Amino acid sequence: MEQRALITVVGIDRIGIIAAVTTALADNRVNIVDIRQTIVGEFFTMIMVVDLQQAVRSLQELQSCLDEVGLRLGVKITVQSEELFRSMHRI
Amino acid sequence: MSYTESEVLETIRMVETEHLDIRTVTLGVHLDDCRADTLSATKTRVRDKLLRHASRLVPVVHGIEREIGIPIVNKRIAVTPIAHALPGFDKDGYVEIAVELDEVAEELGIDFLGGYSALVHKGMTPSAQALIDSLPDALSQTNRVCASVAVASTKAGINMDAVYRMGCTIKHVAERTADRSGIGAAKLVVFCNPVDDNPFMAGAFHGFGEPDAVINVGVSGPGVVLSALERLEKRADFGMIAETIKRTAFKITRVGELVGRKTAAALGVPFGIVDLSLAPTNAMGDSVAQILEAMGLERCGAHGTTAALALLNDAVKKGGAMATSYPGGLSGAFIPVSEDNGMIAAVEAGALSLAKLEAMTCVCSVGLDMIAVPGETTAETLAGLIADEMAIGMMNKKTTAVRVIPVPGAVAGQMAEFGGLLGRAPVMEINRFSSAEFARRGGRIPAPIQSLMN
Repeated sequence: MEQRALITVVGIDRIGIIAAVTTALADNRVNIVDIRQTIVGEFFTMIMVVDLQQAVRSLQELQSCLDEVGLRLGVKITVQSEELFRSMHRI
Repeated sequence: MSYTESEVLETIRMVETEHLDIRTVTLGVHLDDCRADTLSATKTRVRDKLLRHASRLVPVVHGIEREIGIPIVNKRIAVTPIAHALPGFDKDGYVEIAVELDEVAEELGIDFLGGYSALVHKGMTPSAQALIDSLPDALSQTNRVCASVAVASTKAGINMDAVYRMGCTIKHVAERTADRSGIGAAKLVVFCNPVDDNPFMAGAFHGFGEPDAVINVGVSGPGVVLSALERLEKRADFGMIAETIKRTAFKITRVGELVGRKTAAALGVPFGIVDLSLAPTNAMGDSVAQILEAMGLERCGAHGTTAALALLNDAVKKGGAMATSYPGGLSGAFIPVSEDNGMIAAVEAGALSLAKLEAMTCVCSVGLDMIAVPGETTAETLAGLIADEMAIGMMNKKTTAVRVIPVPGAVAGQMAEFGGLLGRAPVMEINRFSSAEFARRGGRIPAPIQSLMN
């Protein structure tokens, strides 16, 4: 069954944010389908669409794992089921 | 990417800075198959049925909350009106049932349980009378049980005997919880035209035409609407304002529908309705009063406030109705005083009076909600206040309610503190002329001509 989620990373820019986040995802066998990243002022913003089909953890466990990564990097990482965006922004 | 950056960031912003939340997921449960020969057997059946249906409610909702990343604040249960679902007990029997319901709610981690109720809009059964008599004991001995009494409807008129009785009951309930600013009265609502699928407390109950169990969702989002209006340019006209509110309400409602359907599927019960009500909280910016002020009023309560509220209420309904096939409950804007920082500030500034609030209830979704009045307010004056509000609902074919707290020992201008979700409320001035003879007259105010719709 296809289960996709959106991951957003927001915070002050620094070296290694992308590396840390993508490593954590690879470790959990989460496939990145799409990725977009911008820096506005000094704010780092990254939005990823990921596929959880082969993931070794549930979405909730993945959120906990990424919470730790975010804490270490000083950024806020949010994992949300794609269903939310589909129901909110697509008729 | 299948979603634009602005769409994704809009969602994040709504949650992180604009207080978008799902205010409540309410499981409605029928209890009318729980009446047994004895009180203790009845209590056991009630407990068993609630545990059977609701034991997974809290963990399931927690899971969905993490999955979609939107806070789901309250988990609640609504049951069929106790006086009618479990008839034939005396006052003490009903108090015991209230205590049992309270214990079950606590065991399940439920915030509030509604439906300790009676419908007496046309007349009173002995059971309804006993339940109403039990309210001071029941509400002072429990923490999570909420009660409501319907005393009027468009079809039946206003039961003025019941109105006076509720005036007296509210006084007793407040006095029995005097050590906590009369908080018991905050868990008691008097209704005209109550709805069967309202997920919000204290007025939620599970109506008789409902399925055995059902999930209803109450969505909130005053902060999101306020931010959307603040982003509009100053010269935007009312058409633009209505359009902006509609679009915002649409998105908020879609989130509610998603949560409702996911919860219902996980629990194996039908999905009922989404109640899109702008229910304010004491969080900064999560205020209905501030939305009205964003339309150009110096303070909520200034002339123009009723018109602004009418626009808001209607636009919320229009946007919400497009977003879900099953809008329901009370959908609209709530105007509680104690839970809305803007309302509190408006009362303190002298901009908002009880009379203006009453006028606003003609176009809001519920009525006089969470209003503190002086402790010395008489039962007859409360009855007069209730009768006025019931008349507004009856004549306009809408739901109206009164949740008023005569704060023991407090005078107008003081602040009553309730703590937690119920917040704090400035004690408002109430008309000092007597309604005593009116309130004691009794009988039933006939239903209006609007009731003859067939």
